[in-house]
Amino acid sequence: MSIKTEDVINIAHLARLAIADENVEGYTSDLSNIMGLVEQMQQTDTKGVEPMAHPLDQVQRLRVDEVLEQDKRELYQSIAPEVEDGLFLVPRVID
Amino acid sequence: MYNDSIKELAAKLQAKQISSVELTDYFLDRINRLDGGLNSVITLNTEGAKKAAVNADKIIAAGDAGILTGIPLLQKDIFCTEGLRTSCGSKMLDNFISPYSATVVEKLNQAGTVMLGKTNMDEFAMGSSNETSFYGSVQNPWDTSLVPGGSSGGSAAAVAARLAPIASGTDTGGSIRQPAAFCGITGIKPTYGLVSRYGMIAFASSLDQGGVMSKSAEDAAIMLEAMVGFDPKDSTSLERPVDDLSADLNKSIKGLTVGLPKEFFADDLDPAIRAKVDEAVDVLKSAGAIIKQISLPNIGLSVPAYYVVAPAECSANLSRFDGVRYGYRCDSPKDLEDLYKRSRGEGFGEEVKRRIMIGAYVLSAGYYDAYYKKAQQVRRLIRNDFIEAFKEVDIIASATAPSVAFGVGAKTDDPVSMYLSDIFTIGVNLAGLPGMSVPCGFVDDKPVGMQLIGNYFNEAKLLNVAHQYQQQTDWHTRVPTGFGQE
Repeated sequence: MSIKTEDVINIAHLARLAIADENVEGYTSDLSNIMGLVEQMQQTDTKGVEPMAHPLDQVQRLRVDEVLEQDKRELYQSIAPEVEDGLFLVPRVID
Repeated sequence: MYNDSIKELAAKLQAKQISSVELTDYFLDRINRLDGGLNSVITLNTEGAKKAAVNADKIIAAGDAGILTGIPLLQKDIFCTEGLRTSCGSKMLDNFISPYSATVVEKLNQAGTVMLGKTNMDEFAMGSSNETSFYGSVQNPWDTSLVPGGSSGGSAAAVAARLAPIASGTDTGGSIRQPAAFCGITGIKPTYGLVSRYGMIAFASSLDQGGVMSKSAEDAAIMLEAMVGFDPKDSTSLERPVDDLSADLNKSIKGLTVGLPKEFFADDLDPAIRAKVDEAVDVLKSAGAIIKQISLPNIGLSVPAYYVVAPAECSANLSRFDGVRYGYRCDSPKDLEDLYKRSRGEGFGEEVKRRIMIGAYVLSAGYYDAYYKKAQQVRRLIRNDFIEAFKEVDIIASATAPSVAFGVGAKTDDPVSMYLSDIFTIGVNLAGLPGMSVPCGFVDDKPVGMQLIGNYFNEAKLLNVAHQYQQQTDWHTRVPTGFGQE
């Protein structure tokens, strides 16, 4: 099992990570080594074993649908990179 | 005073031999004088600490003090602290002043503790050496050419150097226990779901758990009890009453059975480490414990399964860092995709990017069954092994780490060799069990830790065994050279 450079470029895009061209080779080798470690799992037969999502097999707790949070928009936006009129600003998406 | 237990400090505070303000100044002064060569604290809370200490002194004067009132501590910088920078060791959050506090922080504030500052850590808790921090590596106080372990390396180094009486940590694959071992201190990670994860910046949500880094098991019991408890704000928090974690500390361990998993004592275990753990097990035996050989047949698959589950969950959790609402944003993005990609590419360090990419890969279309589902199945096999083992024994003992602290830079070019330094600790996280590390001696003047693993909710029993061990040994009282004066 080996990860190829085009895999790295694709994964980086999926994860929205800009990586420098000169680092692609390094990531390819690191990720291949890590996946080599991961592949050791395949030695074990897990047929019929139920996947474990929570150590104590707890399920998601439900709660009453009521408003508990106060409006803290101004506080939250005070640490945002760019805001205007209570909105978060990003580069223009629709021309 | 730097080596006083929490109980001793609380007695001095309540007898008015010292005020919380004086105690706080004392430890702030130690940090200012002694942390230069360690880099264990990345944000000092000087003014906030002084205010909290004044308030604690009022509570003490009114006669309403609890055991933790006025006790200074350090928080790992993964816990959100309202009004104070919470960086998680990352450039991504270098400018993040948290608008709210983690439940753990709230609880410890309510208990009257005084937060001195925030400790250094591997970026987003991803690392085993504290070398991935944006704020630079932490040096091990026993030998500054060595790493302190990670990811809670700052908390471990600070407690070892007695820069604070106690500190918080978090443990996703060994991040409390391994640095505790490397720095010669005590650390406990409780059962998954006992300590609220609200406001604890998420790395791998099904594994992350907060805990304590302390000088002794007795201190750990006191602080952990103040941290645990049901929290409606954390969807994985367990609804169960809080146990009295100090109640069993003085119980005899006569007749207690200690299991030694043969897989953790394999022939390739460093003989010097093995000798120290054997000696520690002998101490338990002399105190009346019964030693049994056991087997955890699937434990060898812990590291491979972990490096699917943890990166997969990390890639999902860290998708929130997008440069839009808070945290780092790149300069002059040309469009939205460029904003996302460069903010994340520039804001995250190399190890975090590697893990996000592994996570994105194992979760990508067509690979789910081969990796994530397989890892979750292996996880159940590992847990089942522990459940079987706990039918025969009360606790499990092993070395905490396969080596003593390694040199700064020794493993940074080889992620897989770094990952394998958590080979004995990761299974506990996959199973969601409580685990501890207690200092059990030195190899070439470097601390060695013994790991103790308990069944679910057996924190009090673990702390009992650790405390009884610490009544017979003095490893936990040792202070590194250069830090053992007032």
